[in-house]
Amino acid sequence: MNKKKSIFQLLTEKPWETDQIEADNDHQGRTVNITKQKLGLRTIMAASTVLFSLFIVAYSDRMLVNDWRNMPEPWLLWFNTGILVISSIVFHQATKYAEKEIFDKTKNCLFFIGFLAYSFLIGQLIVWYQLMGTGYYATSNVANAFFYLFTTIHGLHIIGGIYFWGKTTSKFIKRSLKKEDINNLIDICAVYWHFLLVVWLVLFGLMLSS
Amino acid sequence: MIVALSIFLITIGSIAFHFWSPWWWTEVASNWGNMDDTILLTFWITGAVFVAICFFVAYCVWKFSYKKERRAEYKPEDKKLESRLTWATAIGVAALLAPGLVVWNQYVTVPENAYKVEVFAYQWGWKYRLPGEDGKLGKTDIKYINDDNPFGLIIEDPNGKDDLLVDADELHVLKDRPVKFELRTIDVLHNFYVPQFRGKMDMVPGIITYYWLTPTRVGDFEVLCAEYCGTGHYAMRGRVIVDEEKDYKKWEAKQVTFEKMLAKSKENDNLQLVKKEK
Amino acid sequence: MSDEQDHKLEAKSDYVADASSVSTPDIDSVPDAELPDQELYHSHSWWTTYVFSQDAKYIGIQYALTAIGTGLLGLVLSWLMRIQLAFPGLGWLEPSSYYQFVTMHGMIMVVYLLTALFLGGFGNLLIPLMCGARDMAFPYVNMLSYWAFVVAVLVLLASFFVPGGPTGAGWTLYPPQAITAGTPGYNGGIILMLISLILFVAGFTMGGLNYIITVLQLRARGMTLMRMPLTIWGIFTATVLAMFAFPALLVGCLMMTLDSLLGTSFFMPAMVSLGETLTHEGGSPILFQHLFWFFGHPEVYIVALPAFGIVSDLLSVHSRKTIFGYRMMVWAIVGIGALSFFVWAHHMYVSGMNPWFGFFFATTTLIIAVPTAIKVYNWILTLWRGNIQLSLPMLFSLGFIVTFLNGGLTGLFLGNVTVDVPLSDTYFVVAHFHMVMGIAPILVIFGAIYHWYPLITGRMMDETLGKIHFWITFLGSYAIYFPMHYQGFVGVPRRYFEIYDSPYIDTSTLLLNKFITIAVLIVGAAQLLFLYNLFASARLGKKSEKNPWKANSLEWQTPQMPPEHGNWGKELPKVYRWPYDFSVPGAKEDYIPQNQPPSEIIGAKVEKT
Ligand code: HEM
Ligand SMILES: [Cu+2]
Ligand SMILES: [Cu+2]
Repeated sequence: MNKKKSIFQLLTEKPWETDQIEADNDHQGRTVNITKQKLGLRTIMAASTVLFSLFIVAYSDRMLVNDWRNMPEPWLLWFNTGILVISSIVFHQATKYAEKEIFDKTKNCLFFIGFLAYSFLIGQLIVWYQLMGTGYYATSNVANAFFYLFTTIHGLHIIGGIYFWGKTTSKFIKRSLKKEDINNLIDICAVYWHFLLVVWLVLFGLMLSS
Repeated sequence: MIVALSIFLITIGSIAFHFWSPWWWTEVASNWGNMDDTILLTFWITGAVFVAICFFVAYCVWKFSYKKERRAEYKPEDKKLESRLTWATAIGVAALLAPGLVVWNQYVTVPENAYKVEVFAYQWGWKYRLPGEDGKLGKTDIKYINDDNPFGLIIEDPNGKDDLLVDADELHVLKDRPVKFELRTIDVLHNFYVPQFRGKMDMVPGIITYYWLTPTRVGDFEVLCAEYCGTGHYAMRGRVIVDEEKDYKKWEAKQVTFEKMLAKSKENDNLQLVKKEK
Repeated sequence: MSDEQDHKLEAKSDYVADASSVSTPDIDSVPDAELPDQELYHSHSWWTTYVFSQDAKYIGIQYALTAIGTGLLGLVLSWLMRIQLAFPGLGWLEPSSYYQFVTMHGMIMVVYLLTALFLGGFGNLLIPLMCGARDMAFPYVNMLSYWAFVVAVLVLLASFFVPGGPTGAGWTLYPPQAITAGTPGYNGGIILMLISLILFVAGFTMGGLNYIITVLQLRARGMTLMRMPLTIWGIFTATVLAMFAFPALLVGCLMMTLDSLLGTSFFMPAMVSLGETLTHEGGSPILFQHLFWFFGHPEVYIVALPAFGIVSDLLSVHSRKTIFGYRMMVWAIVGIGALSFFVWAHHMYVSGMNPWFGFFFATTTLIIAVPTAIKVYNWILTLWRGNIQLSLPMLFSLGFIVTFLNGGLTGLFLGNVTVDVPLSDTYFVVAHFHMVMGIAPILVIFGAIYHWYPLITGRMMDETLGKIHFWITFLGSYAIYFPMHYQGFVGVPRRYFEIYDSPYIDTSTLLLNKFITIAVLIVGAAQLLFLYNLFASARLGKKSEKNPWKANSLEWQTPQMPPEHGNWGKELPKVYRWPYDFSVPGAKEDYIPQNQPPSEIIGAKVEKT
């Protein structure tokens, strides 16, 4: 028997048959072998992916109309992208340290990530400010409007991330949780950070290439 | 018993209503009688299914009503029956779909000999524009819409000069000649709908949509807006009159071209200027 | 252990099977729990017990009552519209109010009543109980979900009191009309509507997260996916659909809000309004329609799938018979769910989109009819050779079959491009969607309430009142909507404040309008009877025994009824079978609860099929 049942095997079980009944009685009632928080994060990420994909579809459709005027890409955006990349790397490190139970280093990483996240948000705000200073308002062209919309939605996701980062960090410092539990939380935040990096890279790439 | 009987009676009643109630579609006045045929076909197939299933339910409720000493059958599934039913359904559905697609293909393919008429919708009323002698409609842009140029024609476009502007909600079309309606709106969505013609298409600001038909009987029909367009939606009516060639020509002769209209409004302006100077 | 079973355990189960022939107690053996029991939040004050409750059962009831309350408003609005349609001479409604009522009625019924009631209400009440969990996976988030819903409802209601009143854009909210001057509530009401929807989506996402994770991860031991009642399958799949469909609504709402507030041109083309050319340019109204229906069509199934699931269980329990073709039913639910993302543009055949899309979407739409038909066959085959009790839930389920069948078949008209052309935007459409997603799911809701009422209150609802309610509602609503199709054939367009004596409409069509309205008012009055029964029976109803319907699924097997906080007392239930073991040959009773150990039912034999 395969270690993992495919979804098709699963859906073709005949729950009323004797053999199946015996196999089923051993079941522990859990579908996949990960924590509920992890699965929860995946669900949210799936929904977010749909959200961003639809934005991208709307963008690509609207782009074809001839009133479209491309926007300049300020160099600061590259800088902000860099910040996001670094924070993802640091988060990766943090999970490694947490795994090895190096308390101080983990803590430093976590703090640094917070700093980077806030810097990213401030950086994005400065980009907005610069663009508006040079007359690129949301109303002047729909390309600009998309830019403001994308950065806002992405920024809101980051703010959500910061909220959970804050909770996790404070729990970590207070050492109020068991080791696996806190590592689980740090892992989850890290995955979310990587996800937001990928989302940003896709959005940024889309805006660069059009 | 009562339950089974009512389900039975509902079914019978529905059939009776279908055949004997006075409410049915209007007599068709275009070539889209084949849309009516697809509807009838759908009626026969779905009607049969409806009756069969309702009778089956009524029978079960009557036959297998609760008895303490009886046991229900224990039967989790029946692969053969299920797959047979699936195939039967698939075939039925395909039988509905195929003619539908064929007619749709005709609906979206405009015949080459169709003449064009622009239907112009606004909140809340209808106007029309005919291409004039050159058979071409001039280009438009809503930027140019004003009292002198109610259709927003681009003055530089030579094709527009001889366009006939019908600044009224009544349109005449020729019997037995395919006509392509080019649908334009200057504000929100509308839909040009004449029940007897069967055809329908939304009008979308920014693009020109279309559909075509061949009127098949002379008559005077009401135009209704069939896409919600604001408070005046229900009152957005117009008229389409299907004429024989002779009557049509008479009506056409009364319409003014864009050029004449411009000239006239210039005259008016001049008159007003003269008045003012005096 | 999970579905990822390994070799060792398989060997073990063989051993169990062998042992069963020797000594009885062994066959009940289940490996020790490998997963720790769920930690529960215990409330300490009145506020956290009854208002900001984190217990899914309470949240479910809160959701249900809020949704029903909002739905009543939607119902009253429909009376006002119907009176206008039947007696236009009264002249007591302005056209703008009519359009505001249509819009609020449609949106309330679809989103704030049905979606909230099925997923928020029944989802919260039934998922933990039927899966054998103590509560939802994230109770706190679950509570937030409910309160976000409350705020969404309040914002929606607030739009009645802003200058200009609520939006009259139609529930589809199509731009440009929704946010330009020809439509009532174009600058105040519509913004509140959009905000309310955004809040609803946010709240729903929090709830949906809970439903998904709880179903996947927190089931009782022995509860495999294929042992879940179809109710859970329906609610679960609907939730997954909602998680993927609501983002489309969110995107549409956000972009339209910006178009309206800031003056961007996502959906707004260059256009004339009140004689002035607006500053918008280039936006695409059809893009909005695509987004809306990418949400809107799955939304239909978000309402329908839980109804499918629930009605399957009601039919099975009340005809004392195994649901016919359980596996097919599961596949059909999953298949319909997946396909529902590929049919959205059947709402747009005459929208001015590229007409060639019509071929694709007509085909996908008719394909989806096949699994839907299979569900109907399986329901009626469940009745076949059953032992049918004509209890209230069964009556409503039968009513559901008839109305859903009728509405589903008219769907074949509208899904098939060509047939749709003459019928779209007429009363045929109004009749179709009310049959299929108005009346049919509502009948299931009534059936479900009569069925699970004892679980919530410990008392039964009054049977006589219930029967009167059923007959008036079922026959009345059929009398409302069946003839309405024929108005559509005549060509009466929907969303018409008044039809006048048009040349093509003879006066008998107006007469039919009067008949329909009278039926509406009678059906409406019957709902008051239901409300009385709902609230009065909580006090006066006959005390219910435990498991009054002799059902198998876990929600009836809690140590106390109604279940207490934590549902299962000290020990979580263990599941030994699927929920459809009714009338098993050789068994003493005609039902075997899911958690009844095999040793207690020796002799019951299940033949292979
Ligand atoms: C017996 C109860 C109901 C009555 C009498 C009723 C009546 C009406 C009426 C008169 C309209 C306006 C038709 C028009 O002018 O085009 C309407 C629209 C609508 N109703 Fe109902 N309705 C009822 C229940 C429901 C339910 C349960 C739903 C849930 C799905 C629902 C969903 C809608 C929708 C989506 C619209 C379209 C709104 C729009 O055009 O924007 N209705 N209803
Ligand atoms: Cu209209
Ligand atoms: Cu649909």
